Amino acid sequence: MEIIRNFPAAAILLCLFAGIVSSGLKPKAAKWLNHALIVVEMALNLCTLYYTAVTGEAFVYVMGKFPAPWGNEIRAGVLEALLALFVCGVMLLSLLGGEKELEEKVEENKLFLYYVLADHLLCSLLALIYTNDLFTAYVFVEINTISACGLIMIRQTGRTIEAAVRYMIMSLLGSGLLLMGLCMLYDLTGHLLMSNIQESVARLHASGMYGVPLTVTIGLMTVGLAIKSALFPFHTWVPDAYGYSTASSAAILSSLVSKGYIFLLIKIIYRVIGFEVFHDTKIVNVLFLFGLAGMIFGSLSAIKENNIRRMIAFSSVAQIGYIYMGIGMGTQAGMVAAIFHIFSHAAAKALLFVACMGITGASGGSVKFQDLTGAAYRNKLAGAAFTAGSLSMVGLPLFSGFISKLLFAQAAVQNQGKMLPALVVLAVSTILNAVYFMKTVIRIYTPEQSPYEGITWKNQKLLTVSCVLLTVLNLHLGCLSQSWENLIMKGLGMFA
Amino acid sequence: MGANFFVNYEEVVAMILFGIGFANLLLQNNLIKKIIGMNIMDAAIYLFLAEKGYIAGRAAPIITDGVQKMEAYINPIPSGLVLTGIVVSVSVTALMLSITIRLYARYHTLNLDEISALIKKEEA
Repeated sequence: MEIIRNFPAAAILLCLFAGIVSSGLKPKAAKWLNHALIVVEMALNLCTLYYTAVTGEAFVYVMGKFPAPWGNEIRAGVLEALLALFVCGVMLLSLLGGEKELEEKVEENKLFLYYVLADHLLCSLLALIYTNDLFTAYVFVEINTISACGLIMIRQTGRTIEAAVRYMIMSLLGSGLLLMGLCMLYDLTGHLLMSNIQESVARLHASGMYGVPLTVTIGLMTVGLAIKSALFPFHTWVPDAYGYSTASSAAILSSLVSKGYIFLLIKIIYRVIGFEVFHDTKIVNVLFLFGLAGMIFGSLSAIKENNIRRMIAFSSVAQIGYIYMGIGMGTQAGMVAAIFHIFSHAAAKALLFVACMGITGASGGSVKFQDLTGAAYRNKLAGAAFTAGSLSMVGLPLFSGFISKLLFAQAAVQNQGKMLPALVVLAVSTILNAVYFMKTVIRIYTPEQSPYEGITWKNQKLLTVSCVLLTVLNLHLGCLSQSWENLIMKGLGMFA
Repeated sequence: MGANFFVNYEEVVAMILFGIGFANLLLQNNLIKKIIGMNIMDAAIYLFLAEKGYIAGRAAPIITDGVQKMEAYINPIPSGLVLTGIVVSVSVTALMLSITIRLYARYHTLNLDEISALIKKEEA
């Protein structure tokens, strides 16, 4: 059993090596290596999850020979392992679902690069989830940004290159702020390891010294990560980046990359700053307000959109708003709701992007609404999967979105000061969600004589597998939410 | 408060440079100027780190004349962080420049707003 303690570090290093090896392989070999890698990663993370759940406590893995205040560390608890496992699963399903499109649209001699980038993206996500060192986190934030930029512009058109440039600019602003924040935190505390910083910050907070610099530092890091995870009003790059890249890229970017940054922020709140100190700085209230604004304005922009891919992208902005609203509640219940929504949104958004590819594929590749009429009859499976994803987003019982909305509402009721705005905006946002998702579902189920040919599941086996498994994941999150909640609670308990 | 600005002038300079770089990266329309802004911003952070790691009257932590006392040397970690940061910012700069080259080859301009307008025209 002791050997499992090596698994998180092994998982990160394996991805790096696979990325390097893939860069010398043929596209097909790179693809198989990537898929095999993700399956191995899932096994490693599952073992870690089992080990931490059985022993009931988090463990620290020392990288290299230097002990605590100097060396670099990896730390794994239940929540980290669960999220890592989930990331691997959703990534594999997104890649499988979009594989056909990739082979058609990406140039033959560049296809292997897609898998190199995917390997590195997975590596950086796992490192962000597991690391116990702030500067390591910063380095992997940048690796994540660079590989995500590559995923956006793998299909070279004017639109994708422009989207990549806009994505890079906003991301660099965010990482500049994050780096400045953590350099100042290093100066204030003299440590880079999360647990050591937390002790020093607690001492500083108790003595009342350096109150203003500490607040500024926390603000810089929070805003930096908020920009990178596309919190309203920093979401300007989202519609282009998710709207014009390939389906796999969009699914991975919206469901995993932005969630990696949010998880890092949650780790910073709990393990670096300390929940009480963070709450005392009142930054939670700012996050709460911007979260609420994002929930409304993201949905309004989505309603106006006439391009289905951009509509789903704007819906992401609204959903990120939900997560920040949960963090902004400043209570344990709000945080549990936010983390549950990370899982639920990732499962539903990946499903929507993959199914959307099936729908547009049966409409001559057009993303305009007028061409999509009746698409669910031409591609029955993708239509059904899109409907399932939409229902989950809107929050129908049995689907995961319902549970997150329920948890958000419960958290709001427990918080006197924020109850009214949170509940009102939650209700309004749900109605807006229903407006644009149901509009789309009704349109694709409106029968019409169409010049486009239908697609059966035999012509799209991988898409079928991906859609079915993602729908099952959504239903699993929705029907067995109690066990997920228990794991999240257990994981948050290990953060302290 | 005012006197502190003169004592800690390195930090003040670093912060001003950070602001200049940040504003350029955010507000400039020209892609090359944006990249320059990003480099100023990163350099300001490295200046801040290097200044914080330096202790007046001490030497770089490389043992040459057999002195092994900790008090003789400065803190090496900020220098290490600066090096790591430089590696990151070089790779990001290279990536940004390569994207800029591609955009320029397609649209023959470096102005991001003009590029957006050209792309819209291309699609219509």
